[in-house]
Order: sequence, then structure tokens, then C-alpha cells
Amino acid sequence: MAIAPQTNPSRGLAVEFQNIEKRYGARFALRGVSLNIAAGECVALVGANGSGKTTLLKVAALLVRPTGGRVSFRESSSASSFDDHLAVKQRLGMVSHHILLYDELTAEENLELFAKLYGLDRPKERVAAALEPAGLTSRRNDPVRDFSRGMRQRLAIARALLPDPGLLLLDEPATGLDPAGQHWLGETLARLHHAGCTILMSTHGLSEAHAVVNRAVRLAAGCLAEDSARSGDPRRMLAAALAAEQGA
Amino acid sequence: MAFARPTAVLLGKELRTEFRTRELLTTTVVFVLMVLVLFSFTFDPTSVESRRFAPGLLWLALLFAGSLMLHPCFTREQVNDTLAALRLAPMDPTAILAAKILANACFLLVAEAVLLPVFAALYNLHVWAVLWQFCVVLVLGTLALATIGTVFSAISSQARMRELLLPLLLLPVLTPALIASTEATAGLFEQPAYFSPRWIALLAAFDVIFLTVTWLFGEYLFEE
Repeated sequence: MAIAPQTNPSRGLAVEFQNIEKRYGARFALRGVSLNIAAGECVALVGANGSGKTTLLKVAALLVRPTGGRVSFRESSSASSFDDHLAVKQRLGMVSHHILLYDELTAEENLELFAKLYGLDRPKERVAAALEPAGLTSRRNDPVRDFSRGMRQRLAIARALLPDPGLLLLDEPATGLDPAGQHWLGETLARLHHAGCTILMSTHGLSEAHAVVNRAVRLAAGCLAEDSARSGDPRRMLAAALAAEQGA
Repeated sequence: MAFARPTAVLLGKELRTEFRTRELLTTTVVFVLMVLVLFSFTFDPTSVESRRFAPGLLWLALLFAGSLMLHPCFTREQVNDTLAALRLAPMDPTAILAAKILANACFLLVAEAVLLPVFAALYNLHVWAVLWQFCVVLVLGTLALATIGTVFSAISSQARMRELLLPLLLLPVLTPALIASTEATAGLFEQPAYFSPRWIALLAAFDVIFLTVTWLFGEYLFEE
């Protein structure tokens, strides 16, 4: 029944943000953010509320069109960037603030819907393979509205992993997860990172997911304030940024 | 096939969700039924008066019921931001609109099929003699209502006062389709019945124009 995950080490997508600017009316959400993320990197985005983390993730997910600048995607094995947004979306998974699932559908129906929209072959088997590690097989026929917050988050993560993404965007993925759920998330991210998947995640608190982070980027007021690729150890920077947030 | 297949998949989801909850269908049928019954009490029409007034009453009732029914079709997507999930999928974003338009047209047609015998009985109209012609008018008029209503529901769902905004946007734009549907329906109940090619052509042209505009510009409706 289980579908073997693709373990192609060169499957990650590289992302390049070039001078990204996003304005909502007169308010700037992002100002001139330039950032290169190599294929297979696991980057943590930190910063206070309103610093632009979610907007940057939405720009990467092609959900928000930047007011200025451009975002481009490249395969690790190729020098040329993707022109086709559909091809990028086919290889993109996202966990958002919201669970992105239909309350009135069951867990299985939700995942099957998205498996079909992504054009995955053998959708029923893919769904079964996604539900099992999330610990939701026994609740597969229950409507999502009956799920606890943690179960909903697990299902949201399972949905994001369904297309076997080359680029995984996570907006505070540990929200609502109990220690066992956080452990599962950490293991899942480590497996994906090992398989070459590029991961970009925003975060506010320490969790097991941070074990896989090999680069940290801090945003402040929509600008790129600090990047561990230039200024040193990502873990030290992550801890400092999180301590500053908690102290604020 | 980034359009046809996702449209079919999303249409299946819309139908499954609605036939499981029956929220929109039930409220629409009850609303139109109430309007038709109340009007029949108010006017106590003769057969001749019925032929003059009933088509207008029917289409007005369907228009108001449509604005009631179409409003939640995008606000429901805001609950868990499922619209973002659909926009993340590798498909033409217009497929989202196409599926919603088809689903809303289906719901309205099901409601009309339930209400047609009641309408004929209350207003003493011989619908069966002109049934297929009446079905053509209903399908074209319903498609116009579903297309414009779905597009404006997408627009108004992002606004404040969205409950008021939808009818305000919908009613003026739908006026040509409302006039054409009413006139075409009225012709069918004349003595002798007359299937007006002019009004049918106008309705069909309205549908083609607005479906084309939706297909060309629909993706911009979802941008943040």
C-alpha cells in the first residue's frame, strides 16, 4: 500500500528573491528583499510580528504578486529558471497559518481532492500513504470539523507533503502540535531535507523542527536585517532572535 | 489539461459538499416558494393577468434567491483559507470560477425543477405545452445569473459589507438578462405561444460575452 517516497537528492528547487517589494496601499509589507536560497537548504525566517515573514512565504508560493522585483525558481541541476508557474506549483507544498482544508469533507476526501488537483497518479494510495505517518488513518472518514487543533495541523502538513514537494514553505508549522506531533514534524522535515527538498519556514518558538535548519534569516519591518549565511552560526542567530521576541 | 480536469474535480467537490449539507438548495427553494405563494395571495390573478405578471415575478424571485444563494459560494472558502489551497494547486485559476459557475447553475436548475410545478399551479399557466422552450429560457437565464453572480460573489467576498454589496453589483449588470428572460418567458405564455428568437439570441449573447470575459480575466479576481 505504501508509496515509496522519491529520494532523488537533486529534487530541491532553488529560489531567488530579487529586490522584492510588496505594498498594501501605503503600507510596505516587504522592502527590497533580495535572497538566494540554494536547492536543498533549510532556511528559518525569523522576525517580530508584521516583519514580512508570511508575505515573503506567500510571494514564494506565488499567492501574492510582488509590487516590485521578481521571484524565480531553478532546479538544482539546471542553470535556467522555470518560466511556467504551473510547473513550479506542481513541486511546491505549503503549510499556512490556516489549515487550507474543507471542514465539511473528511480527512480522506480532503487529501484525495488535492491529490486529484495535483494530477497525482493512484490518488487513493497516495492519500493512504500520507495519512499513515500523520497518525490519522483511523480518523480518515471523519469530517475535519471534528478534529482537534493538533490533528488539523497534522492533516495540513500531510496535505502539503502530498505532491512530494521540491520546495516546502512552512508558516509556523509547529502551531497546535503536541510534543509527539512536534517530534513527528521534526522527523518529517529531517527526512525531506535529507532527500534534497528545499525548506523555507517562518518560526516564532523553538521546536524540534529547528534541528534541520542550516540557515537563518531575520526580517525587520519588511527588510532583510540579518542572514546567517553572511554573519555566522544559524542556531545562535535563531536563538538570539527568538529570545529577543520573547523578551519584547 | 490544467483546466478541464480540475474543473471537473472541483465541480464534484462543490456538488458533494452541497448535497451533504443541503444548505443553499433548501434556502433557495424555500425562499422562491414563499415569494411565489405570497405574490399569488396578494394579486389573486385571473388567467390573463397571470400571463402578464407571472414571468416577471418568477424571474425576480429567482434573481433575489440567486443573490441569496450565491453570496456564500466564496465566503465559505474563507473559513480555512481554502481558496489559497486551490490557488496553490497547479491548475488554471479560472477552473475555480468555472466549477463554481457550473455548480451554482446546477443548484439553481434543481431549485427551478422543484418549483416549476408549483409555479404552474399557482398562476394557472400551461407550462407543459411549451416545456422544452421554457427549459431553454430557464437554462440560458440561469447561466447568466450563475455567471455574473459567481464573479461578483468572488469580488464582494473580499469587501466589507459584502452581504449588501453583492445585490448592489448584481442587479444592475443582470438587468439585460432579466429583461430578456422575462420577455422570452412571457412570449411562451401568450395565446398563441411565441418562442422569441430575438430574446433568446440576446440571452445567449449575454451568456457568451460574460463567460468569455470571465475566462479572460477571471484569474485576476483571486489576486491578493
